[in-house]
Amino acid sequence: MAPRIVELRQNVLKKNDILARELRERFRQAGVYTVNLVSSPGAGKTTLLRETLIRLRDRYRVAALVGDLATDNDGRRLQESGAPVRQITTGTVCHLEAEMVGRALEGWDLAELDFLFIENVGNLVCPASYDLGESLRVVLFSVAEGEDKPLKYPTIVLGADLVIVTKVDLAEAVGFDRHAFYEALQQVRPDLPVLEVSARTGAGMAEWLSRLEEHAPAGRTPAAVPGAPGGEEGGRP
Amino acid sequence: MHELSIAQNLVELAAEEARRRGLTRVRAVHVRLGVLAGVVKDALLFCFDIVTAGTPLEGARLAIEEVPVEIFCPRCRQPRRLPEPLPMACPECGTRTAEIVHGRELELFALEGEEGEGLGAPDR
Repeated sequence: MAPRIVELRQNVLKKNDILARELRERFRQAGVYTVNLVSSPGAGKTTLLRETLIRLRDRYRVAALVGDLATDNDGRRLQESGAPVRQITTGTVCHLEAEMVGRALEGWDLAELDFLFIENVGNLVCPASYDLGESLRVVLFSVAEGEDKPLKYPTIVLGADLVIVTKVDLAEAVGFDRHAFYEALQQVRPDLPVLEVSARTGAGMAEWLSRLEEHAPAGRTPAAVPGAPGGEEGGRP
Repeated sequence: MHELSIAQNLVELAAEEARRRGLTRVRAVHVRLGVLAGVVKDALLFCFDIVTAGTPLEGARLAIEEVPVEIFCPRCRQPRRLPEPLPMACPECGTRTAEIVHGRELELFALEGEEGEGLGAPDR
């Protein structure tokens, strides 16, 4: 038997990356802008997303997928927005993978959507490794979490397109040191854009929404977009 | 702790490649792991043994080469290796940058084994 070494240089997550690429192409062809929200548990993903869905749904066709290890609490909170929501219960898995997203989308006509939001499992480590085919990856840090979160979790910051600082209405109460936070972020990713938002008071929401709307499908007239994917009637004029 | 699913992906990929390249009995699986990959080396080693149990890769050694961070300094116009993963700044001139050249790898780099009739038929 001849001992042999073969060089491979294959990405270990190749399978996920291939699926994510396929999803990205599906989203592109359907004209849906997909946003993946990642943060630690309790940073305010669900509240921000609910408020986002409520504010967008008059003008755009929006939907959300929400990942959780157990319970559909977040899914139910999001449904209060009136937008279609699907739950992905991951069991013991601490992140979403492209395959789970693909499965959750079964039966949805993506062409009937303008925006699809994916609320990842609350975790600042594992979701960083998995491309979901999204157009925008947003990492949320709440003011209560401490200013050094970006330094502690650089990988998630390196993979993000945008940072949202959440619960800024509490900044003073929790003694949030803005300077220290921005300095920490700069040490990891000097070029990353940041928005400060309070989904509760609405502060900063307009800027967040206008960022999203930059990516709304061109030429769509806001009044002519009723309907939801799947079951409901309506849709394209 | 996503190292278990990463180990599963790794073992599947390694078994598939071994079969394709006609390797019997895989002795070692070589992985390049960037220090910014977000994967814990010890956890991956631990999970690898669990995942390979009962598969054709059982008993294979997982060799992990950790890849340090290398950035491209826009000011020096040079790739620079960082002594520590953070800050993302040139160790020579201090310029901050987001251009990472190395350090995020999670790569099945090589397989070490024996050539023969195909995986699953080890010599006895």
